[in-house]
Amino acid sequence: MIRLVRYLKPYLSMILLTIVLLFVQANADLALPDYLSRIVNNGIQQGGVENAVPTVIRASTMDHLQLFLTPDEQSRVMAAYTLVDAGAANYAETLKTVPGVANEPVYVLTTTNTDEIAALDPVMARALLAVSGVEQVMADPTKAAQMGAATGFDLSRLPAGADLFTLLGNLPPAQREQISAQLQGQFAALGESAVQQAATQAVKAEYTTLGMNAASLQTNYILSTGLLMLLVTLVSVVSSIAVGYLSARTAAGLSRDLRRAVFQKVEGFSSTEFDRFSTASLITRTTNDITQVQMVVIMMMRMVFYAPIMGVGGIIRAIDKDSSMWWIIAVGVAALLSLIVVVFSVTLPKFKAMQNLIDRLNLVLRENLSGMMVIRAFNMQPFEEQRFDKANQDLTGTTLFINRVMVAMFPTMMLIMNGLSLLIIWIGSQQVAAAQMQVGDMMAFMQYAMQIVFSFLMMSFMFILLPRASVSGGRIAEVLGTEPTIRDAETPRNFPEPFKGTVEFRNVSFRYPGADEDVLCNINFTAQPGQTTAFIGSTGSGKSTIVNLIPRFYDVTGGQILIDGVDIRQVTQHELRDKIGYIPQKSTLFSGTIESNLRYADDDATKEALLAAAGTAQVTEFIDSNADGLATEIAQGGANVSGGQKQRLSIARALVKQAPIYIFDDSFSALDFKTDAALRHALKENTAESAVLIVTQRVSTVMNAEQIVVLDEGQVVGIGTHSELMKTCEPYREIALSQLSMEELS
Amino acid sequence: MMMPGGNPNRSGGGSREQAGGPGFGPGRHGGPMGMMIKGDKARDFRGTMQKLLQALKPYQWSFAVVFLFAAVSTVFNILGPKILGKATTKLFEGVMGQISGTGEGIDFTYIGNILITMTILYLLATLFSYVQGWIMSGVSAKVTYRFRRDIAEKINRMPLGYFDGTNHGEVLSRVTNDVDTVSQTLNQSLSQIITSGVTVVGVLVMMLTISWQMTLASLLVIPFSLVFIRQIVNRSQKYFSEQQEYLGHINGHVEEMYGGHLVMKAFNGEEKSVVKFDGFNTTLYSSAWKSQFLSGLMMPVMSFISNLGYVAVAVLGGWLATRSLITVGDIQAFIQYVRNFTQPIAQLANISNTLQQTAAAAERVFGFLNEAEEVPDPAGALELSDVRGQVDFEAVRFGYNPEKAVIHNFTARANSGQRVAIVGPTGAGKTTIVKLLMRFYDVDSGAIRVDGRDIRSLTRRDLRKLFGMVLQDTWLYNGTIMENIRYGRPDATDAEVYAAAKAAHVDHFVHTLPDGYNMVLNEEASNVSQGQKQLLTIARAVLADPRILILDEATSSVDTRTEVLIQRAMNELMKGRTSFIIAHRLSTIRDADLILVMRDGDIVEQGDHKSLLQAGGFYAELYNSQFEPEAAAA
Repeated sequence: MIRLVRYLKPYLSMILLTIVLLFVQANADLALPDYLSRIVNNGIQQGGVENAVPTVIRASTMDHLQLFLTPDEQSRVMAAYTLVDAGAANYAETLKTVPGVANEPVYVLTTTNTDEIAALDPVMARALLAVSGVEQVMADPTKAAQMGAATGFDLSRLPAGADLFTLLGNLPPAQREQISAQLQGQFAALGESAVQQAATQAVKAEYTTLGMNAASLQTNYILSTGLLMLLVTLVSVVSSIAVGYLSARTAAGLSRDLRRAVFQKVEGFSSTEFDRFSTASLITRTTNDITQVQMVVIMMMRMVFYAPIMGVGGIIRAIDKDSSMWWIIAVGVAALLSLIVVVFSVTLPKFKAMQNLIDRLNLVLRENLSGMMVIRAFNMQPFEEQRFDKANQDLTGTTLFINRVMVAMFPTMMLIMNGLSLLIIWIGSQQVAAAQMQVGDMMAFMQYAMQIVFSFLMMSFMFILLPRASVSGGRIAEVLGTEPTIRDAETPRNFPEPFKGTVEFRNVSFRYPGADEDVLCNINFTAQPGQTTAFIGSTGSGKSTIVNLIPRFYDVTGGQILIDGVDIRQVTQHELRDKIGYIPQKSTLFSGTIESNLRYADDDATKEALLAAAGTAQVTEFIDSNADGLATEIAQGGANVSGGQKQRLSIARALVKQAPIYIFDDSFSALDFKTDAALRHALKENTAESAVLIVTQRVSTVMNAEQIVVLDEGQVVGIGTHSELMKTCEPYREIALSQLSMEELS
Repeated sequence: MMMPGGNPNRSGGGSREQAGGPGFGPGRHGGPMGMMIKGDKARDFRGTMQKLLQALKPYQWSFAVVFLFAAVSTVFNILGPKILGKATTKLFEGVMGQISGTGEGIDFTYIGNILITMTILYLLATLFSYVQGWIMSGVSAKVTYRFRRDIAEKINRMPLGYFDGTNHGEVLSRVTNDVDTVSQTLNQSLSQIITSGVTVVGVLVMMLTISWQMTLASLLVIPFSLVFIRQIVNRSQKYFSEQQEYLGHINGHVEEMYGGHLVMKAFNGEEKSVVKFDGFNTTLYSSAWKSQFLSGLMMPVMSFISNLGYVAVAVLGGWLATRSLITVGDIQAFIQYVRNFTQPIAQLANISNTLQQTAAAAERVFGFLNEAEEVPDPAGALELSDVRGQVDFEAVRFGYNPEKAVIHNFTARANSGQRVAIVGPTGAGKTTIVKLLMRFYDVDSGAIRVDGRDIRSLTRRDLRKLFGMVLQDTWLYNGTIMENIRYGRPDATDAEVYAAAKAAHVDHFVHTLPDGYNMVLNEEASNVSQGQKQLLTIARAVLADPRILILDEATSSVDTRTEVLIQRAMNELMKGRTSFIIAHRLSTIRDADLILVMRDGDIVEQGDHKSLLQAGGFYAELYNSQFEPEAAAA
């Protein structure tokens, strides 16, 4: 998988952009619970008052506040406000929203700097709380004792009705500061959050005194927060659509590049690489494996990258709400992960077993279909039914087990999530009671917990997803990392002109890669142009291998093959194959028409040349029997043409090439004897100048060859004509006798 | 939510090497992408569903329990947020009281009680949900098992002719993919319909009990989104089919080029091939990303809708709460309801698609199970005893397709112990005779008689007991060598098996194999050679000890020495039995008592070697063509 990373390079910027967008999306998604929490805390609980910095404050209250502020704080507060009285320019405007300005001058908050407001917030909160405390004392002297105990300053000795604020104002600054500091200590013990909440109540009271409309204030707050939420939602959807776009382009682009690279690579492979990978496997690697990678890339970009961003973001925000409750999230994640680990460790081996059982079921059924005649001939239907039933039962049992475990997983997961909510509410209530957090925060915490748990869930899926993808990726990389064993020489030579087509094997040995023994050993012969050289021998004697060395499907491992005196490894593969008309053992046609198949050998061939080749290959009758003639459609792999016709068409194709060298690799096997004979007859006339090499099992096919090479276990055991070999070569006689009777051979 | 491996039956594919051939390919797609792919449709949806229900009837009580449990478990889950909301409200009121100094603080007993109630409720919901799944997977396993068994048994009752016109892959796909689709619907979709339905209704009810205004607000977006989703589906459909089409082109081209690699190389076709590939690949790329992108819109859109609902609830809920029309806990509950609402709606929207696919799959399965079967054996068929093995063909007329007879009027007699050679060019229909003798097909008119008895008056079982068959297609199965030989006569003793093996020259090579007679033939039976396979099928026939033999001589890919062995074994086997030989070897043909010459499916000549040569017909031509004049002269 890692070896494929370089193919991601052109898409690097898209991937980076995706990650950025995912950050945006995660932040937007995570912001929503936060806004909700604000609606609950500020909007509902605090009546729309966000913080302890009032937008409007009576001048008298402001004077009182000053008593509890340090000189430095005083100047900062005063800088943020401006006084509005009857003579001020904006008096009329202020009067509209603040009817109380008619009674006394007010200070209006003029700074819009949110940092400054946030900095003033705790300062004002404490001062406001102190002021409201003093006001309470004044209203209810019984509270004075409590207050006094708290400040170490016996207020009860004061004369009743005295204005405490005046009194405090008259105290020497040092003493006032001492009282103030002691109050601060008390507030700190209460906790920031509690001070804050209490102070907002004071602000709310101030607004009421000023005759402001508290209800509309609240509504406005909720609506403006809602608007923000809408905006965040839009940001989220836009960025996730953009992520979708980028990931689709990246994944499709990557798979296009990979597919092309693999295909081009494989087209350059020699038979050695095909043997190593197997054709079926190469097909899978070029198609399914790449599709698999494409899916994974999309999943990665859309979900797998997202999960950790979401998870970490969720954790940060949750802890921000209440850091002491982190362990609840840890418990939830741990419970879920252990559930997943347990479920998968139980089912994974069964999954593997199930795959085998499915294969087994398919196998038995396939055997039942392919062996239908034999099964019925031996009356073995009941036996086969039993065999199938066994496979069926095994598969059913295993599938049932897996399904039942899987069925347990989802409800259990739900239970864990629900349990988590309950736990958060229980612990959260205690925290709220202790004024460590607000109710809205608790609600947000719950939602963060769910988001975190989900992101861990997604990440754990990644571990299931990735191994599979990495298998596919590995298989693709393996192909891309394989260099074809057969390559053109660095400085290729050309065949001498005029080209004659003499093929000479000089001490040729060949061994398949990884094999222990040579399949061909010390082969020597020369095939002359204008002559037929035939190769005969039993299965495994190496006769097919010999002719496959000539077009360099494999390279010799010892000795050399010369054509017109030039080692075939010194010319380019293109030039070499240009000289050869090859008819494979397994006839292969390509989809298209008969004509397009024949033209595969030579794009510029005339129609006459095509028909002449068809005539020689004894396939004219077949072509004419189709209404469309040469334009007859050929299905993929020539599936709509019988074996015999396929073979003839494949011969015709090679003949179109008018090559100086022809190789027939057991290419007459699907022909009946009559056609075989007629074809050889016609060939003789039409390839008179060429060197013809024929591999066959049929003695009747080789009897007329100028030269017969008899092979046994990779060695030449006789070269000569039919009559010579009948006399001198025992293996040849053996083969001939098994096929024909003495009188016919004589 | 997507669960990996949630559909265990589909987990194959992917990394396994599956080049061509049916099996467990990617089936129905799950997740949001699944909505995009329109499945195939059943021709008769109603009828198929009725049949399916009929097939499920034995499990009606299980279904009743499943539905009930699924519903109860869903209801419990739905109650959760509302009850939990009460706890939050209590908490909120307590806090408000604390702050304003009027209340008596937080009522932990109340909250605690609610949490305990919820714990019990959730535990019960889990239990019910699990029991429901347990029963359902049991039912679906049983149904799947039965369908597969029925199909496998059905195959044995169908006439061979059916399979001439049907790809094996198609039948396999019935058993695997189609049955799987049905089972998956049973396993997941059915209870999903219940839970989704109950969830939608239940959540709606709960939302309405909290606030009709908020319900309205949060539901308002759904119709819009459905329209939008439909748009996306329609648009992406085009690209999806284009993508499928070009994927098909690419796969076809790759298969063809890799399959014909040698030819491509030999004709210097690399460049042409890559150019063609690039053309497909470029189109595939553009349709692939477009369809991916469009189908990928589904998720953001769904979550956008969900988020819109969230915002609506937050704002409206906040506003209502300030007027004390609802409580804070209600907001919390409502948010959970909104979040739980979109998923089941999406599932319900997809259900018709799922049911259509299921019906299409079920229709194919039922269609297969309803195919015509072989003509039943005659009632009161008599058994043949002491069969001599005289075979008569009387004015036989036969065609694979009734309108087109391939054998027109064939009459011949094979006396007991005689050898009948069937000759003719490839594709002349030599195996037709074999198929008629074994009653894989019935003659259209005329009759085939064994010892004077029309073979149609015997049971197929008795008839086939008379015959032994050694075909060119050496079918062996994935069992041990011992089991494969014993296939000829399952009640044979080990000693009899060894004797048959010796007679067929199998014994010697078996001893050279690892595990000897206990060696298991692999799936392609490629761990023994073609010739050895042929010998094993001969041993199998020897063990069966039939009165009449059917042999196919073709031994094209067998080495010389094995061929000699096969010939010897066959000769041994034929002694004293009436034999029909699809002959390739001249010696066999010349020694035959009767030669049937076939051409284009019909029997054109019959007689012995000499008389046929004298007649100077097709046989003589065929015979002489093998040896060209100059060869004969050499």
